[in-house]
Amino acid sequence: MDITKFTAIELAEKIKSKEFTAREVTEASLALIDAKDNEIGAFLSIDREGALAAAAEIDRKISAGEDAGVLGGVPVAVKDNICIEDMTTTCASKMLENYRPPYSAHVVDKLRAAGAVIIGKTNLDEFAMGSSTENSALKKTANPRNTAYVPGGSSGGSAAAVAAGFVPLALGSDTGGSIRQPASYCGVVGMKPTYGVVSRYGLVAFGSSLDQIGPFARNTKDAALLLDVIAGPDQRDSNCAPEKLTGLNELNDIDYSGLKIGLPKEYFETEGLDSQVRQKVEAAIEKFKTAGAEIREIHLPMIKYAVPTYYIVATAEASSNLSRFDGAHYGHRCGDATDIIDMFSRSREEGFGEEVKRRIMLGTYVLSAGYYDAYYLRALKVRTKIADDFANAFKEVDIIAAPVAPSTAFKTGEKTNDPLAMYLSDIYTISVNLAGLPGISLPCGEADNGMPVGLQLISAMNQDAKLLAVSAGFEELG
Amino acid sequence: MSKITEEDIKKIALLSRLELDEKEVGKFAGQLESILEYIEHLSEVDIEGVEPFISAAASGNVFREDRIIPSLPNEKALQNAPKSGEGFFKVPAVIK
Amino acid sequence: MDYECVIGLEVHVQLLTETKMFCSCRNKFSHEPNTNVCPVCLGQPGSLPVINRHAFELGIKGGLAINCEIPQFTKFDRKHYYYPDLPKNIQISQYDMPVSVNGWIDIEVEGEKKRIGVTRGHLEEDAGKLIHSGNVSNVDLNRTGTPLLEIVSEPDIRSPQEAKAYLENLKLIMQYANISDCNMEEGSLRCDANISVRPVGQEKFGVKNEIKNMNSFRGVENALELVHSELLRQTRAGEEIKQVTWGYNLDNQSIFVMRIKEDANDYRYFPEPDLPTIEVSREWVEEIRATLPELPAVRRARFVSELQLSDYEADLLTGDKDLSDYFESVQKACGDCKQAANWVINDVMREVNDKGISLTEFPVSAEALSELISLTGSRKINIPTARKIFSAIIEGEKRMPAVIVEEDGLAQVSDTGKIKEILEAAVAGNEKAAEEVRSGKPQAAMFFVGKIMQEMKGQADPQAIGGVIAEFFGIDPELLQQKKKKKKKED
Repeated sequence: MDITKFTAIELAEKIKSKEFTAREVTEASLALIDAKDNEIGAFLSIDREGALAAAAEIDRKISAGEDAGVLGGVPVAVKDNICIEDMTTTCASKMLENYRPPYSAHVVDKLRAAGAVIIGKTNLDEFAMGSSTENSALKKTANPRNTAYVPGGSSGGSAAAVAAGFVPLALGSDTGGSIRQPASYCGVVGMKPTYGVVSRYGLVAFGSSLDQIGPFARNTKDAALLLDVIAGPDQRDSNCAPEKLTGLNELNDIDYSGLKIGLPKEYFETEGLDSQVRQKVEAAIEKFKTAGAEIREIHLPMIKYAVPTYYIVATAEASSNLSRFDGAHYGHRCGDATDIIDMFSRSREEGFGEEVKRRIMLGTYVLSAGYYDAYYLRALKVRTKIADDFANAFKEVDIIAAPVAPSTAFKTGEKTNDPLAMYLSDIYTISVNLAGLPGISLPCGEADNGMPVGLQLISAMNQDAKLLAVSAGFEELG
Repeated sequence: MSKITEEDIKKIALLSRLELDEKEVGKFAGQLESILEYIEHLSEVDIEGVEPFISAAASGNVFREDRIIPSLPNEKALQNAPKSGEGFFKVPAVIK
Repeated sequence: MDYECVIGLEVHVQLLTETKMFCSCRNKFSHEPNTNVCPVCLGQPGSLPVINRHAFELGIKGGLAINCEIPQFTKFDRKHYYYPDLPKNIQISQYDMPVSVNGWIDIEVEGEKKRIGVTRGHLEEDAGKLIHSGNVSNVDLNRTGTPLLEIVSEPDIRSPQEAKAYLENLKLIMQYANISDCNMEEGSLRCDANISVRPVGQEKFGVKNEIKNMNSFRGVENALELVHSELLRQTRAGEEIKQVTWGYNLDNQSIFVMRIKEDANDYRYFPEPDLPTIEVSREWVEEIRATLPELPAVRRARFVSELQLSDYEADLLTGDKDLSDYFESVQKACGDCKQAANWVINDVMREVNDKGISLTEFPVSAEALSELISLTGSRKINIPTARKIFSAIIEGEKRMPAVIVEEDGLAQVSDTGKIKEILEAAVAGNEKAAEEVRSGKPQAAMFFVGKIMQEMKGQADPQAIGGVIAEFFGIDPELLQQKKKKKKKED
């Protein structure tokens, strides 16, 4: 069978109706990865045995007439910063190259309960810090659309795995755009849910107040199905909402006459917004308008401060979250340590890559004595103002439409030397994390070089179901 | 606001437990300087009377009940230890 | 010039919960290392803390027990320092919004009452343990994540004796309120002190010295005395006072320099993003306040005013929670608080102290002791028989006193005819002693009391014996009673 021809929903149906066995589907996925992943580099590890065993269990259930789950037999890839018990979880870092967690993340339990077949773990920028997956210490990942280009990041491996058709579904994590930006670069759908919709238990933390796990798929319907599987309360994450959002998988028809879409003036005035990206995004908005939606210009005056705010909040939290990696209880330990400080300092020096170290340094600096108020506390206050900007905007509109990134995917090695320039490319995505909102990236055309352009749709908090419905509606508009 | 000196970098590196070499110290000093310069833009924002952002989670009071869940077996606890023995994690001597 | 000493104490008490502060591992563990751990307390990547409701409520209750205010909002913060017994290199603690603030503890030293302010009580997680062996340190994380309430005093303490009294009262209060068992030897109560000296009348504090690892009440007092003397010596000699952290060696009761302060630690506190800010409603505070039991100061006052115990007895009988509860049960059940106090102070405390056991392991239950006291009160048995039964239970006798008296025939004999018969025989064989009694030496009659008791296997009713002897020799029975009483006091 050709696994690339089917959506996740179709695969689940065909497995259930015994058109295919889960084993056939799993084998097709594994065969495609065997054939092509040396070129793409989406996966850091493949769990062939585990996947086949899970598939066999699905086939047994189906032949016994038992419920195999909504994802029964569907191959899924998982970003390698999400823990799966006894499978290496590397965060694409030398620090955790051989780390095997003693437990599984909440989302992994949810996937398994829904019958998903976990195929393997995907590449990322080390500890999810980066926008191109070039910061992976373990592997290079190419954009399946054109292997000379980066897949985006940090969830580049998951985006590439779906774009290449290896799997119909994958999980990523999004701290400042790490799902939406690679989805846009690779031409697939990727969504960051409202903060707290999905449990972070078992996601190796980067920026705790920003991190969310979310789905990758080739269309919105599949993404909605996957989100519906992983969403819901978890007592082990105190920030996870106590009630599951309803209607995530319903994708109600859109009444365009009642739909108000806001265009943030500041987003479209940004210097450095590529003209082809602007054109495709504007064309997409035109489609909504034609369908009957009302398009309004809105203002988010604080948005120009989103990048500096983000780089204070995210690095402060990261410097704290990553302090546990010290070579004492797990992870890389340097050789021949003379004393404990030597062991800590050299293990971390050897185990972390440059971008991770840079962010730890920055985060430590903004939290250190004498600078806390000037940097961290001030950033938290600006963050409040940014969130207020969005809250005010959503009093007027239902959905905000914007680009995902200022440009389409760039070539490998093109942008690695200037960290600040790299940070600035996150300008359209990070404000969504700062405000805790849901955002989705969906394909809306191609640039002249054939690289995909993404449209970003954003909704108010907990309006994830509406956001998915509008996204699915857009796909119907054709 | 502030110039980042190599001394500052060394101090932060010690706090961060990162043993940077001289090359890295120089490089990070320059990069952090330019990032912080960019971050300085935040001082333009009027934050008078603004509350710091606490959490995007609407969770309110969240607690766990005081009920025991069995612990991990010792082998599992130690399965990633770079060095272990007699049930312990082992690290170079800590001078007290 | 006169100098005064300024002391502040930071006391950590381990909370009496089933599970740890932020994970569901048992809050009690064996000596097998790293068997009481989970992804959360091991600091495994991806794990997240969740607040233990009971621990949180004990934080409030502990604060209330020492007269703290409970702020409406409280949050947790991360404190950063690298140490291999702290697997995250982060300690979750409370920085600027602790669970309780502005309380006090009353103390009394040499008859002088004083109120010591409490700045705050905040919740935090404990670290694990390091066992040093040669050039390797062994890390055991069983204790990691144990819930602690850290109680920080105001710098109101002016002498090592006051510090000891503060600590003793704090311990008692925490035990009474069931916040902690406060076992200092086992580390469930730990105390750090800071101390400085300044000229009397000066407002500015002197340079602070810290003392760590004082694991007994005596140790705290002793270490503070030693550091105080050292600071006074340095001050008088005009030396510069450095910010020293001292350790205390219990074995030879000496202090040693742990470190002299270089740079301040930079803990980089910031709000724990994985935990919500907690809103504590006033109703919740009152609900918890209602669960506070009678606290030691109140109980002590009641023992004096209602039970008419002396200050000394009341001190003894409230100075340990288990003992105090034991005494309460005994006195309530037997209704004779004077006898209950005598028995508990003289017999029970002696046994417990001699054997070095805790009251929970003490074989004579409060029910058994109260029954014993009732049996003597109703003159069913005499005191020597009661003591014999008391000892028998300590030695392993499982029957209750009334059953023992019944089954072993230990009830005292008040048959005056029988007593007189024995007395007459004794007088006949000991004319000399009888003559002494007759010649006005009533204390010589004790000889006959002893004879009768011996003859009646100790089961005679002493009161009956006294009556018979008084009548026989024609002396005032009061005289005999008084002599006996006086003699007993002298033992």
